[in-house]
Amino acid sequence: MGKAFFWVIMVLVLISGFAFAPEKAELAIHPMDQFIVKPLFGYGEVGAFTITNVTLWMFFAVLAVTALMVLGTRSREIVPGRGQSVAELAYGFVYKMVEDVAGKDGVRFFPYIMTVFMYILMANFLGLIPSSFTTTSHIAVTAILGFGVFFAVTILGFVLNGSKFLGLFWITSAPLPLRPVLAIIELISYFVRPVSHSIRLAGNVMAGHAVLKVFAGFAGALGLFAFVPVFAVTAIYALEVLVSFIQAYVFTILTCVYLKDALHPSH
Amino acid sequence: MATETHDAGHAAAGPAMPQLDFATFPNQIFWLVVTLVVIYLVLSRVALPRIDAILSDRQGTITNDIAAAEDLRTRAKEAEAAYEKALADAKAEAQRIAAEAKAEIQKDLDAAMAKADEEIAERASESEQAIAEIRAGARDAIEAVARDTAGDIVAAMGASADADTVTAAVAERVKG
Repeated sequence: MGKAFFWVIMVLVLISGFAFAPEKAELAIHPMDQFIVKPLFGYGEVGAFTITNVTLWMFFAVLAVTALMVLGTRSREIVPGRGQSVAELAYGFVYKMVEDVAGKDGVRFFPYIMTVFMYILMANFLGLIPSSFTTTSHIAVTAILGFGVFFAVTILGFVLNGSKFLGLFWITSAPLPLRPVLAIIELISYFVRPVSHSIRLAGNVMAGHAVLKVFAGFAGALGLFAFVPVFAVTAIYALEVLVSFIQAYVFTILTCVYLKDALHPSH
Repeated sequence: MATETHDAGHAAAGPAMPQLDFATFPNQIFWLVVTLVVIYLVLSRVALPRIDAILSDRQGTITNDIAAAEDLRTRAKEAEAAYEKALADAKAEAQRIAAEAKAEIQKDLDAAMAKADEEIAERASESEQAIAEIRAGARDAIEAVARDTAGDIVAAMGASADADTVTAAVAERVKG
């Protein structure tokens, strides 16, 4: 069955290569066009409250989160069905992460971390739908997330520990002459955190989508041999599915690590 | 890359990377904040308490079921013990009844045996008596025949002897 299907696809690819070969093969690839923010209705300037494709796909992310976490669990079964299993899995996954990394007293921040995780996960997955818009591919979005975590954690650290929070940079286990040097390094790395935290996510998602677009452009230009980039696109797409989850996971676990620093600043 | 010629309608402005088009930042930030607040409210008000309740419900059900299973197992063990005891009692009772029956039968048997022995002894003594009588009768007959024969022999030899002498002599010989 699978083999027959494979060969049917191959034949279709060949036929389409002959039938729809572009008259003038050209490399008209615009891999970054997919990231353009534009108003959903009409043209014009993008103001702060304009309803744009960003709005649309963030709304879809809200819908997806609600569908999974609320509709999926509405029957509250003791023996869960598929939807409820996934919802419980996501809950247990993040809950355990918070508990293991940030500690028992980090659990009260679990809803916030779950919010961030579910949003990034759903935005990443929705972005993989062809011709969709990926909200997490934008620095503006991930920077708000990253700096949000940074400021929340820093303020929390000072509120909970007072000046002891500065002990995070003054490493008492190191020899005294080294401590100022280490303090400078620690300070720099602390302030670089939100930058790497946000650029990692946006960069991964953007790069993956751009590569997909480039290969898809090759498919248009190659005519008969389009199947080569089509297979490449398939492979990269599979990789992107993995990256979508892994980046959401990485963002969340780093949030937990930073939270741990705020709760227990001593090394 | 190449946003300048293509799609001039809405990509005319802005740098090569739409990510760096700062004019769109307020829009994205505004909608992101709205999205996060909505997701947070949905999760913290509805989804997370519900899943928490489901998970603790399940934990409770599992604990209850295990306790119930433990209870049932204890009861099954008790039932088995009771059954074993009843079986042992029944066996003991059966043995007692069998022993009683055996003893009774033995008693009857003993009585019958004693009676039979008695009868046999009686018969035997009767028979002995009869044999003794027959034996005595035989001796008398032998004596008589011997006496007659001895008298006849003495007469045939020409001697005479009176009857008493012969009788005495025969009696002497027969006895010896």
